[in-house]
Amino acid sequence: MIASKLKEAILSLRPGRVTLKYPFEPHPPEGDFRGYPEVDLDKCIGCGGCAAVCPARLIMIQDIDQNTRRMVRLLERCIFCGRCAEVCPEDAITMTKRFELSSDQGRKDMESEYLIFMATCKRCTRCYEPPSALDKVMEPGFRHDEIKRGGQNSPYEPVKTK
Amino acid sequence: MFKELCAKSFPKSLWVYHCNVGACNGCDIEVIDVLTPYYDAERFGIKLVASPRHADVLLVCGPVTRQVVPALKRLYEAVPDPKLVIAIGSCAVGGGIWFDSYNIVGGADTIIPVDYYIPGCPPRPEAILHGVAVALGLAEKEIESVHLKQLPDRPESVPVEVE
Repeated sequence: MIASKLKEAILSLRPGRVTLKYPFEPHPPEGDFRGYPEVDLDKCIGCGGCAAVCPARLIMIQDIDQNTRRMVRLLERCIFCGRCAEVCPEDAITMTKRFELSSDQGRKDMESEYLIFMATCKRCTRCYEPPSALDKVMEPGFRHDEIKRGGQNSPYEPVKTK
Repeated sequence: MFKELCAKSFPKSLWVYHCNVGACNGCDIEVIDVLTPYYDAERFGIKLVASPRHADVLLVCGPVTRQVVPALKRLYEAVPDPKLVIAIGSCAVGGGIWFDSYNIVGGADTIIPVDYYIPGCPPRPEAILHGVAVALGLAEKEIESVHLKQLPDRPESVPVEVE
C-alpha cells in the first residue's frame, strides 16, 4: 500500500509546475480572440453602420452641429461580438487582443467619445441628407438621440453604505 | 480613503463568495477556471467559501433580475464589514445586452455598491486574475476612457480635453 502511495506521489511530481505566472508575466491570447474594439478615428467617416448593428446598442451617433458628428460608445456592456468591425466599410474598427479591462473607476473607463468632422456641401453648407422626408424615415434607425445606461430607470432603491 | 481602509483591513487572504444574479453561467465557469491549478487564484489567498457570512468579497456575475433584487440586498447585508464587491462580466458591469429588458434591473451597481469591475463576455480567466491583481495592488489598470476629435485641416485626430 505504501508503494502505491509512493508511486502516486512520483506520478504527481512528474508534470512539475503547471501554474501560469500570469499577473507577473504577460500571457497574450491565441487565435481569433476578440478584445477591446478600437476605433482608428482617422479612417472613420461617421456612417453609423456600427451603431445600426450593435446588439447591445451601446453606440450612439448624433449630429451636434453642422459639420460635427458625435459618436459615443458605452463599452461597459460590450459583448465583443465583432459585428461593428465586420460592417465598418473603412475598416476603422479593429478587434484588438486587449483583454485587461478591469478598473475601479466603474463605467467611466469603458466610455469613449469621438467627434467626427463631416464635410458639408459647398453650396448649401449642409451635410448630405436623403432626398425626401420619407426616405429619411426609411433609413435604418441608427440615429438615437439618447443612449441609455443599464439600470438608469431602475425603480429599486440601492443599498446604502455607511 | 476607502482604498487605504481596504488595504489595512485585508492584509491576508480574501475569502470570496460567488453569487450568480442571473448570469448565463459563462462567467461562473470562468470564475471556477480561475480557481483551478492552472490559473490558481489561491496563490493570492483567494478562497471560495460556502456562506456569505464567512466572506470578505462578493463576486457578482450576471445582470440583476427583478426577482433577485431582495435576495441580493440580503446577501450584501449578510457579508460582514469591511467588504468588497467585484462585478464580473459585461452583464454585472453595465447590464450587458439585457440592459433595457423588462425583467432586468441593470448592472450590479444599481443595487449594491461595486468596487471593482471586470468587463468581458465572459472575461478570460487572465482578465479575472488581472482584476484581482488590480484589487490587490499587484498590477496597474490599463484602461481609460477615450475622447478624440477629427479636425478638418489635419490628417490625424487629436484628443479632446474633458473636465
